[in-house]
Amino acid sequence: MNQLKKYAGIIWILLGPLAMYYLIQTAASQILSKPGIDTKIQWAVFCIVFLPIAIGLMIFGYYALKGEYDKV
Amino acid sequence: MNETKTLRKVITASSLGTLIEWYDFYIFGSLATVIASQFFPKTNPTAALLSTLATFAAGFIVRPFGALVFGRLGDLIGRKHTFLLTLVIMGGSTFAIGLIPGFDSIGYAAPILVLLLRLLQGLALGGEYGGAATYVAEHAPEHKRGYYTSWIQTTATLGLFVSLGVILLTRHSLDANAAKSIAKFNDWGWRIPFLVSILLVIVSIYIRLKMKESPLFTELKASGKTSVNPIKESFGHKTNLKMVLLALFGATMGQGVVWYTGQFYAQSFIENVCKIDFDQSRTLIIWAILLGTPFFVVFGAWSDRVGRKWIMLGGMFLAIISYQYLFGQLLKIADPTNKVELVEQKTVQHERSILKSNDTLVSHTTIHQFENGMQLTENTKDTLYSSGKHSIQSSTPIITKKLGDTDYWKMVGIVFIMIIYVTMVYGPIAAFLVELFPTKIRYTSMSLPYHIGNGVFGGLTPFIATLLTTIYTNDKLAGLMYPIIVAAICLVIGALYIQNKIDPPIEV
Repeated sequence: MNQLKKYAGIIWILLGPLAMYYLIQTAASQILSKPGIDTKIQWAVFCIVFLPIAIGLMIFGYYALKGEYDKV
Repeated sequence: MNETKTLRKVITASSLGTLIEWYDFYIFGSLATVIASQFFPKTNPTAALLSTLATFAAGFIVRPFGALVFGRLGDLIGRKHTFLLTLVIMGGSTFAIGLIPGFDSIGYAAPILVLLLRLLQGLALGGEYGGAATYVAEHAPEHKRGYYTSWIQTTATLGLFVSLGVILLTRHSLDANAAKSIAKFNDWGWRIPFLVSILLVIVSIYIRLKMKESPLFTELKASGKTSVNPIKESFGHKTNLKMVLLALFGATMGQGVVWYTGQFYAQSFIENVCKIDFDQSRTLIIWAILLGTPFFVVFGAWSDRVGRKWIMLGGMFLAIISYQYLFGQLLKIADPTNKVELVEQKTVQHERSILKSNDTLVSHTTIHQFENGMQLTENTKDTLYSSGKHSIQSSTPIITKKLGDTDYWKMVGIVFIMIIYVTMVYGPIAAFLVELFPTKIRYTSMSLPYHIGNGVFGGLTPFIATLLTTIYTNDKLAGLMYPIIVAAICLVIGALYIQNKIDPPIEV
């Protein structure tokens, strides 16, 4: 089980930047297709809010990979 | 016997205040359209910008900051005074919103004031929940922590229930004529739910003032072991930060999306996608909430015996596998094409009115009746131009449906199932969060993951889900991708990394 927890850590580390890439790409395409101030604020808030969360997910993955959750 | 009496008082004082805070927070959201017309006219771009900021900033950015500000305060000076302060800020801001003159009277000052007060609301809400949950948990005996904290868990849903109830009641009681009553409500009556809040807040402050500080915090303070820097200790040290991250990614983010999908996205979906009328789309949520609320306590109490983990993850699992089916059923119930129309009862009305510009507005209302009691109203408006430039311009038809009794209760049943998932993920979570962190930094440590999970992941659900339906226009259920994916990731993380501890002692 502890091995699985560690290997799954790699998935969480990769998931952070992947989610951000998808979010920024969608935001850019939405702003281009509807360039109103509402759209810009909306997507800017999504990106600003989710960026630290994605970093948090990477840190979580790193801790998992290092075995920090083996004895939780 | 005395202990039970004290505990009851603790639960009542904490729950009542938290319920009022949720009520205050929700009435703004429920009355967003009316508020927008009073303070944020769409024709004015600056006011529209402030409106967007008020919607997004308060719910998603400010709540976690409130968790940090008041969490820190709660760990430094105590739970009681901190969550008393959040109640005063929330109650004061809500009451003040009800007093602000409209954009027509004071111009830009109106939307700016509303935005500032909305930010204060978000800040106060960020500080309230952690304090109330911690306060109750620190009073509760070990074997009943899940049961006692589950009363706090009912407050968010009951706050929504009360806000919907007060709004519907006010909307229909301002005039004997229903249409006039709604017009009065949209003009000035919307202020009543905001102003009523102050009475509830005063009662709650009075009750809370009589309460004593939590025994665990008092003990900690007496021994001089309170934290000097709760934020640094919570998030600057690996031992605690890893638990904060586990709480967020393994529990609260999944809880947040299930919570908001079952209660808010369901309502928005029923009203905007299924096109069920304003009153029915709200009363059916009210019924589902009323029937579902006792299950918060059922699952909270059950978690004392079997542990918190699998009940919460079970709720997420059921939501993941059944959302597509349940929302599909809502669409099917509201779909008139599989119902028999009583063609002979179809009525068509036309109304003409002359506009200030001398143009003529013709309103066509067609009412279709169906065998099972459904009534579908189709409304279009044609503008006949007097200048003769364009002879006619037709508006997009507005469709609203009223369900027959059987379909109405079928929808209540479906939303009730979704509320049951909410009670499974939310009922035991306060006890779960409290048990993860030590007393000296509990308020700060549990508040942040809760408000990121519930406020950010959950609060964004209706917006992201609606956005997804505008991107994938062919699939009316596309919005469910967001809660399903987030809950699935959370389920995997929770199942792998969270240990199912049954009634563990809380660390002082």
